[in-house]
Amino acid sequence: MTRRGALYFAVMAALLLAVGFYQSWNVAFGILNLCLISAIMALGVNMQWGYAGLFNVGIMGFTALGGLTAVLVSMPPVPEAWAAGGMGMVLSFLMLVATVAAIIFARRSVPAYLKTPATIALVVAGFFLIRIFYLPAVGRIEAINPAHTGYLGGLGLPIVLSWLAGGLVAAGAAWLIGKVALGLRADYLAIATLGISEIIIAIVKYEEWLTRGVKNVTGLPRPVPYEVNLMETQWFINFTNWLGAADIANAASMFVKICYAVLIMIVLGIVLWLAERALKSPWGRMMRAIRDNRDAASAMGKDVTRRHLQTFVLGCATCGIAGAMLTTLDGQYTPTSYIPLRYTFLIWVMVILGGSGNNWGAVLGGFVIWFVWIEAEPFGNWFMHTITLPMGDDNWLKQHLIGGAAYTRLVLMGAILLIVMRFAPRGLIPER
Amino acid sequence: MKFLSAINMTGGYGGADIIHSCDITVEKGEIAVVVGPNGAGKSTAMKAIFGMLDLSEGTVTLDGKDITHMAPQDRVPIGMAFVPQNRNVFVSLTVEENLEMGAFIREDDISETMEQVYELFPMLKEKRNQPAGELSGGQRQQVAVGRALMTKPKLLMLDEPTAGVSPIVMDDLFDRILEIARTGIAILMVEQNARHALEIADHGFVMVQGENRYTDTGKALLANPEVRRSFLGG
Amino acid sequence: MEILNALALLANFVVVPATAYGAQLALGALGVTLIFGILRFANFSHGELMSFGTMAVILFTWVLQGQGVIIHPLPTALLALPVGILVAIVLSLTTDRLVFRFYRRKRANPIIFAIVSVGVMFVYAGLVRIVIGPDDQSFADGARFIITAREFKELSGLAEGIAIKQTQVVTIAVAVAVVAAMFWFLQKTRSGKAMRAYSDNEDLALLSGIDPDRVVMIAWIITAALATIAGTLYSLDKIYKPFIFLQILLPIFAATIVGGIGQPVGAILGGFVVAYSEVMLTYAYKKFLAYLGPSGWAPDSLVQLLSTDYKFAVSFIILVVVLLVRPTGIIRGKVIG
Repeated sequence: MTRRGALYFAVMAALLLAVGFYQSWNVAFGILNLCLISAIMALGVNMQWGYAGLFNVGIMGFTALGGLTAVLVSMPPVPEAWAAGGMGMVLSFLMLVATVAAIIFARRSVPAYLKTPATIALVVAGFFLIRIFYLPAVGRIEAINPAHTGYLGGLGLPIVLSWLAGGLVAAGAAWLIGKVALGLRADYLAIATLGISEIIIAIVKYEEWLTRGVKNVTGLPRPVPYEVNLMETQWFINFTNWLGAADIANAASMFVKICYAVLIMIVLGIVLWLAERALKSPWGRMMRAIRDNRDAASAMGKDVTRRHLQTFVLGCATCGIAGAMLTTLDGQYTPTSYIPLRYTFLIWVMVILGGSGNNWGAVLGGFVIWFVWIEAEPFGNWFMHTITLPMGDDNWLKQHLIGGAAYTRLVLMGAILLIVMRFAPRGLIPER
Repeated sequence: MKFLSAINMTGGYGGADIIHSCDITVEKGEIAVVVGPNGAGKSTAMKAIFGMLDLSEGTVTLDGKDITHMAPQDRVPIGMAFVPQNRNVFVSLTVEENLEMGAFIREDDISETMEQVYELFPMLKEKRNQPAGELSGGQRQQVAVGRALMTKPKLLMLDEPTAGVSPIVMDDLFDRILEIARTGIAILMVEQNARHALEIADHGFVMVQGENRYTDTGKALLANPEVRRSFLGG
Repeated sequence: MEILNALALLANFVVVPATAYGAQLALGALGVTLIFGILRFANFSHGELMSFGTMAVILFTWVLQGQGVIIHPLPTALLALPVGILVAIVLSLTTDRLVFRFYRRKRANPIIFAIVSVGVMFVYAGLVRIVIGPDDQSFADGARFIITAREFKELSGLAEGIAIKQTQVVTIAVAVAVVAAMFWFLQKTRSGKAMRAYSDNEDLALLSGIDPDRVVMIAWIITAALATIAGTLYSLDKIYKPFIFLQILLPIFAATIVGGIGQPVGAILGGFVVAYSEVMLTYAYKKFLAYLGPSGWAPDSLVQLLSTDYKFAVSFIILVVVLLVRPTGIIRGKVIG
């Protein structure tokens, strides 16, 4: 990392410290944790855009898949639901596998002109066969204690496992979509990923047997201690006394946040280290060669589509990991909270600002943009209050403008993206 | 000074210079042909004359006016027309629409010019309502030349107009080009078929490695044994 | 009689709404395809441009309604439409001047344009939410129905009625008029032909003396007008929700690609293909089949292929099928690398 890069990180740290001193340390650590997760997501997107020039507009979907995995790994299973509809679900899954296998087999064995009709026939047949088992099972599962469960539950494993599993699930989805959309025009990938992410969100919102949908899954197990337990633990009480902290509740909440920060930093460290290694390896050099001159690279015998698929899958897996961590940090899974501006396009602003192609840049971008995103709200309030100062308090326009203050951050993010693209397209920490 | 004088042109696309101290001139009503081996910089010289290339040295004048630094689209109104080698028709537009687009900058009545083009290329009149993309290669070249004539140019520049067409079509096209020259238009063209082109040329420029090697009348070049040996296959 | 009832049912719940929705999508897709054809990039800010134009229409509609200027039975919004279009045009041209022109002069890669359009999308989205707020807004007035289901039943003697909302008729009428005007412009006027020429072959258009800045300007003017009309019709038909305009981008893009990128006729076809697929796949055919089957019989389930929750998935499925089977779209569109 260059001295300029180090300086930026120092400024960022100073900003977080300033929040700690002037707002509160709890807020500062809250921001820090999300900065860290944002940095991981930005790293994932940077692999796709910075290394390979792929425009992925479906980051939200892969994040949501990671979050879903966190639920499925960590929540306790619901035995009644499994008893009622588990068999039906397993059968529908087997049907799905059988349909896919039949399609693959048919496409290999029938003559070319029958391929499309055969595929359509099998898709339709499979669709109705699956529904025979699927629909009753869904009904039975969702009927079991709908206020508290109404879904199959998870595996009851430690939630930290889901961080890895979330990456794998996202990678699987990315492989499927990449197979279809990569190798075509560059902007088809963008539109296709926009679509897949909307579908994933629809699934996690409406497949209640799987995710409880809009009823949300709350109370996910934690990888770190609970505040209430900490406050009753002798060593922690002694520790706070030794520190001289007056408010033990506050101290406990801080301690939990710091634990999360450490965990996330470990993951960020690993991802960053791997990303840097990959970028500097022959593989990374080849990726950049393909990005800079696709035709030349493919003329030299490089399988461009295959390489693109690799980076696409890796980048999405990273977003999946970040998604699982995000849900872990929240302690709940709320499908309605996934909105593309926040989970897809904001990440893009991070990568572009930080410096596409540079991993440290992506990390810095994640920090800066998340910080600005959070702090833009008080700033927007202040801004609107200031420009409306001459107006009376009951002025209609004043109240309206203050009501809309939260949205100045959208304008701000757009402005940052546009200004960076125009005047510093290489970002804060340019690619070497 | 000739009607078009491109003198001492030196330049390239950003990197190394492709043409060096290259001179190309043509008089009204004459046909000038640039010939030479592949990669000699013939097309580059044409592009330089039309302003699609930054010249580091040299001047281009048209009718005594210095146009060296004029943007390509500004050269259309002063009477220059260019027919590129590839993608030289609007494939999704009809033949007639292609001609109309050729006359885009004109504010006056274009029907007379269009009739003249149709007289020159009767085939186009027949196919006036067909998309240009559906025509054969030779017909497309006719559309391309016709489109360029619609501005009533004083100088018509053709970049390999006979590339990829059959010999019969080529002869026909050369006849038409002669006809166009007789109306007093200066014609400058780059040609692969050097022998054929020099036969109808008033002046010929033989380029090699970005420089003028021989400059003479078409007849004299055809008679020159060295030119015959090196560039016309004996 | 039973068959007529079944058809009336289908007309009421599939044909009428899908036709109106298809017209709205087609107008949106026309704008996207035009920008694709002329500026050669996927414009992610198109949805928010629709939103912005519609917002201007709503604000001016409120002003008119406040002044008592109404054109009953037609919605007042039609009167406000020109103002909204004007606002959207000014916005588009300003954006082009400040943002896109720079990249055009640099001949930047289409993907850079697409990313820049994301920035524009953010700004538009923020402005809309600051000005009109993030909530639903209702601004439809005038007569609600051309014919209600009850009136239709009395008229026809059928058990099933076909209700036709006034907004649906307005949508289709306006869409037909706008599309006709646009095609007249593209096919018959000099500027329209110049646009087609520019879209077909940019370099040759330059050699013909066609001014690229003018072509781009006209493209933005038409796109802004189409976007405002599409957004207003959609919001009149349903309701104005600022966040819907990011979601509607997907069916609009799908319609554009299905029809063939840069192909106006294709965009219209694509709009209807997507709309009809969406409505037909999410419609519950239980009652329809009950009419067709023996009397007294009805299917046990709803006979709904997909839950309406997944209607956006339909556009995506169509998109994937087109990408796999015919990447150039119904009408062979251009493939920009």
